Amino acid sequence: MPGITDSTTRDDPSPAETARENLTAHEAGAPDGRSADEGAHEGADGGTDRGARTVRLLDPDGVRHPSPEHDRWLTDVDGDDRALLRLLEDMVVVRRIDAEATALQRQGELALWPPVLGQEAAQIGSAHALRRDDFVFGSYREHGVAFVRGVAPVDLLREWRGLVTAGWNPYAVNVATPQVIVGGHALHGVGYAMGILADAERGDAAGSDDGTAAVISYFGDGAMSQGAVNEAFVFAATWSAPVVFFCQNNQWAISEPVALQSPVPLVARAEGFGLAGVQVDGNDVLAVLAVTRAALHRARTGGGPTLVEAVTYRRGPHTTADDPTRYRGAAEVEAWVRRDPVDRFAAYLRDRGVLTDAADAHVRDVADQVAAALRTDLAASPAPPPLSIFEHVYAQPHPALAAQRDAYAQYLAGFADDVADGAR
Amino acid sequence: MTALTLAKALNLGLRRALADDPSVVLLGEDIGRLGGVFRVTDGLQAEFGPRRVMDTPLAEAGILGTAVGLAYRGYRPVVEIQFDGFVYVAFDQIVSQVARMLARTAGAVRLPITIRIPVGGGTGAAEHHSESPEAYFVHTAGLRVVEVASPQDAYTVVQQAIACDDPVVFFEPKRRYYTKGEVDTEAALADAAPMGAARVVVPGSDVTLVTYGGLVATAVDAATAAADDGVSVEVIDLRSLSPADHDTVAASVRRTGRLVVAHEGPHEAGVGAEIAATATERCFEYLEAAPVRVTGHDIPYPPAKLEKHHVPDLDRILDGVDRVLGRVPTGAVAP
Repeated sequence: MPGITDSTTRDDPSPAETARENLTAHEAGAPDGRSADEGAHEGADGGTDRGARTVRLLDPDGVRHPSPEHDRWLTDVDGDDRALLRLLEDMVVVRRIDAEATALQRQGELALWPPVLGQEAAQIGSAHALRRDDFVFGSYREHGVAFVRGVAPVDLLREWRGLVTAGWNPYAVNVATPQVIVGGHALHGVGYAMGILADAERGDAAGSDDGTAAVISYFGDGAMSQGAVNEAFVFAATWSAPVVFFCQNNQWAISEPVALQSPVPLVARAEGFGLAGVQVDGNDVLAVLAVTRAALHRARTGGGPTLVEAVTYRRGPHTTADDPTRYRGAAEVEAWVRRDPVDRFAAYLRDRGVLTDAADAHVRDVADQVAAALRTDLAASPAPPPLSIFEHVYAQPHPALAAQRDAYAQYLAGFADDVADGAR
Repeated sequence: MTALTLAKALNLGLRRALADDPSVVLLGEDIGRLGGVFRVTDGLQAEFGPRRVMDTPLAEAGILGTAVGLAYRGYRPVVEIQFDGFVYVAFDQIVSQVARMLARTAGAVRLPITIRIPVGGGTGAAEHHSESPEAYFVHTAGLRVVEVASPQDAYTVVQQAIACDDPVVFFEPKRRYYTKGEVDTEAALADAAPMGAARVVVPGSDVTLVTYGGLVATAVDAATAAADDGVSVEVIDLRSLSPADHDTVAASVRRTGRLVVAHEGPHEAGVGAEIAATATERCFEYLEAAPVRVTGHDIPYPPAKLEKHHVPDLDRILDGVDRVLGRVPTGAVAP
């Protein structure tokens, strides 16, 4: 699997050979070919900026491995049982929202849904690293990130019901609305970060921040091939912009394995662009929290942009319209189920005595309540009126479009007469 | 009033926008120390600093994409695309992001981005340096599209575009960059004609001739020549291509009964088609003849030595006038 195998030290395999090997690893269902012990490493910078090693603090059984370099970013949560439980609760709740949304799609209540199942630790861990005044630019699968930032669950779904093109006001939660063009938003994050620098330079915190805010841009392994993402790396490096590129390598871009996007680990791209790079076990919420905090700190303190590659797995379909059985085997999925991010963290918390039976029941109860409210709220979401399609196309008056709207209103009014006539 | 080239008038308009509004920033390739390949941004980086007049990496999508982020953050980016033919690599950012962010976010995110693009041919340039891509942008909801024809408009409209809360694609006819005209740099912006208004450049009574940008001067010459021949041609500088000022065109056509539309861009689904169709819808009973379009051919832009056979010139516009007057059998020569 290209995300983790140390291909940089191999005997110069051709890209095609590498791709085939990686494909084979996929088919064999070997999630990473590396033991947990190799993941938890220590030392000055730990080599994490070279893309050769994966930061992992919890092994798949939930056993914590000390790593002073990364543990120092976790001292607050390590000393706060409620914070630890909150990480678990957010993962469980997001998984529940995801399951509910998938069910709602199957029941015809949503047109489409892109499931996040399997990526909860990558999203919850990284989102918990953010400050309120940081800004998020994400793709269409960052439900967990948006939830942590305060987006109402129903607002995650309204877009997929076809009621709106964006479920929330970005400025209310400092989260841009979902981006459907793969990688299209990465440059927006860089531009926003350039704006933070410009504000600081002119002594004007134009936003609500103090000039040390940072941006995090989420995208996937497929987006790593997009020109916009590569240009974002160039611009970010040139400006030393305060931005973290958070790539969730979930192994699949619809049916295309990550080997098709890159013969080298995705994180290895960082060096050529002049970005710091770190690869993290994306199913280890503590490791993700630690490396994202470190990357954000680097961004805030003038250290420039970082590419984080969170190695994870999309256990569900690309969207509810996809059929992954056509391109991958059950054994591979099963291998990743055994590395489940929620079970792993829960096992760790149980072992630590933080997750009691009562706490576990409470978390599940919260998730059930959120899901029930979500279903109710979705059903109560009003369909926008027909003429609203003409709103907000332009910020300033546009007589030609206003005339089109009026003409269409007149047309619609004709149907209203017909209905009225029919009723008489 | 001062006699300025169109390029210098743009330069002064940009300078004033930078001075008046600290949220205005310029991005582009070679716009800093060099002052742009056409020198439109000459001296601006020296005056306002490299954080407000930014040389960017050579990536047009990157320029537009970062402009989106800057606008998200509250800035008013003015981006320069070095040549018309280079804008296509930024097309996705313009069409999928810039144009629809406001609608996507139900009005929450405004992107007051001005996209400056030198446009058109007639300069003997290499491939990809003489394009007329305006119709692509006219076809895209959420954008406003303008093209200036005179130094005065260059000075005024560039400031209006920057002040506009909508994204504006701002075309600059490169073969008129160094044409001089009188510019009043003291006049208040508030007193200027609205950005979306067409202007009657030459009044006339027999034929309405609508054009924009680089062909306005050619159309004025054509009107002069036609007058020698006893034909009174009214020349309208459209100025704004989206929204187009169909009212001004219709008012003229109702008087003349004859419409010629001229532009450099290709014939099929060009701006001329929209102008002719709308005028026909609105003025059908006033028309004495079918509207005539004088345009570039439906071909890739030809090599420089042959561009005179592609870009409408004085004679081809006069031929259009003859056709709409029935002096040339239209069906035989109409494209």
